[in-house]
Amino acid sequence: MNRKQRKLKEQLFIWTCRVATWMAVAILFTLLFHVVREGIEWLDLDFLDSFPSRKPEQAGIKSALWGSVWLIGLTAMISIPLSLGSALYLEEYAPQNRWTRIIEINLANLAGMPSILYGLLGLAVFVRYFGLESSLWSGSLTLSLLVLPVVVIASKGAIRSVPLSIREGAYALGARRWQVVLYQVLPSALPGIMTGIILALSRAMGETAPLIMVGALSYIAFLPESPSDPFTVLPVQIYNWAARPQDDFHGLAAGGIIVLLVLLLTLNAGAVFIRSKLQRYKS
Amino acid sequence: MNEPLTNKQISLETRDLSISYGDKRVVQQVSLKISNHQVTAVIGPSGCGKSTLLRTMNRMNDFIPNFSMEGEIIFQGRNIYGPYSDAGTIRQKIGMVFQRPNPFPKSIYKNIIWGPKINGYQGDLNDLAEDALKRAALWDEVKDRLNESALRLSGGQQQRLCIARAIAMNPEVILMDEPCSALDPSATARIEDLIKELRDNYTIVIVTHNMQQAARISDQTAFLYEGNLVEYGVTKKIFTQPDEKKTEDYITGRFG
Repeated sequence: MNRKQRKLKEQLFIWTCRVATWMAVAILFTLLFHVVREGIEWLDLDFLDSFPSRKPEQAGIKSALWGSVWLIGLTAMISIPLSLGSALYLEEYAPQNRWTRIIEINLANLAGMPSILYGLLGLAVFVRYFGLESSLWSGSLTLSLLVLPVVVIASKGAIRSVPLSIREGAYALGARRWQVVLYQVLPSALPGIMTGIILALSRAMGETAPLIMVGALSYIAFLPESPSDPFTVLPVQIYNWAARPQDDFHGLAAGGIIVLLVLLLTLNAGAVFIRSKLQRYKS
Repeated sequence: MNEPLTNKQISLETRDLSISYGDKRVVQQVSLKISNHQVTAVIGPSGCGKSTLLRTMNRMNDFIPNFSMEGEIIFQGRNIYGPYSDAGTIRQKIGMVFQRPNPFPKSIYKNIIWGPKINGYQGDLNDLAEDALKRAALWDEVKDRLNESALRLSGGQQQRLCIARAIAMNPEVILMDEPCSALDPSATARIEDLIKELRDNYTIVIVTHNMQQAARISDQTAFLYEGNLVEYGVTKKIFTQPDEKKTEDYITGRFG
């Protein structure tokens, strides 16, 4: 192969990569543009501060917005300690034997499970067996199950990537195992763990199917006051509006999508901010 | 052959120490008496077991799953692998500096005080940090930026920080595992000067593959070959008129 051919192949490869990248960006922007154009006129403070209604001009997203905030907050409170604990145990303490290997393989499988199956599980276990009804408890416990394997796997990776030299340095100063784990390994792994948590919670925030399974309602004209109250969330409300025949409701759905996107972006921005704070000492 | 060649007190002693990883024997019946307040160098070709020997002296090999040993290591009158010995307590008294500088990803100040703090140090931490950094000849370079990340320091400074971190624990012995192998010549020279000064207060055991370094800074030298202690004695003698043919071949560069 001569030089010209090689150069040509090189160019071809670069352009393939370039087109692939731009295609993804272009599709994203088309979607965004479409949604914003359709939904922007419905967006105002009234929209955020009104309950859903049969009349499009009076309908708002208040209960879904607060439902989402409640649900994600509860999910975070349930899933973060559980998954951090499991990740630390599996990485730092568990003996490396057949059982831990089986657990690890199953975690990977669980992370890839269709979310509706979690909905079925939540319906059977939390709603029916524990009698939690269609409450925020049921929703957040179900979402916690969904999020758990993803966060555990991400946290395990972050913990594993803490260099051996840091552990050795700590042990050489007479540190006990729990001190090494708590004061050296965990802080070093925290940025990676945070990323996993945020990605998983973002995913949970967009979930619709499992919440419909556990009975999130689309018409809720009050705000939840405790985790035992029934609830709705943004994606369920959006889905409901989008499924109606009237054009006005499609506009409302687009407005809801914008609110959901803004919420997600805020969550991600917060994560980036916290990460950069935590990484202050990383060179 | 394994007697100390000065009348100094013995700080650390290995008795018929053999070390294996699984079936592979790495160190073979090594008996070594390490004198107090001296620099003892362990030299030998790569893979001769010198790092393994060093890491066994403060139980840093406990974490290696298939590590096993026979014999004893006596420190302060006790076998450090004995039933009443605790690895954490031993490492507080026998510090270690590693091949690559490994400061914690925290501030310079926190690097120094972390060890004393978790071990319940009661005195003033600021004084402790200042004293340790002065002893490690790093104070003047970092006194105005104690809260900066330790990872922003140069390699040589990082290694002196790691020495300061070990000093802050007020250990009796400091083990050094090729502490200059990742450093440039001028940083190496500074560490070597430092080691010579530290001898007044600490017992130092240093593993090095650099024979000139051993000749420059150590009082005693042990030559290890294929897991066996070939010769141990006053550095000057080892490097000028060794008893063993093998030692002579190694220090004259005939192999290694």
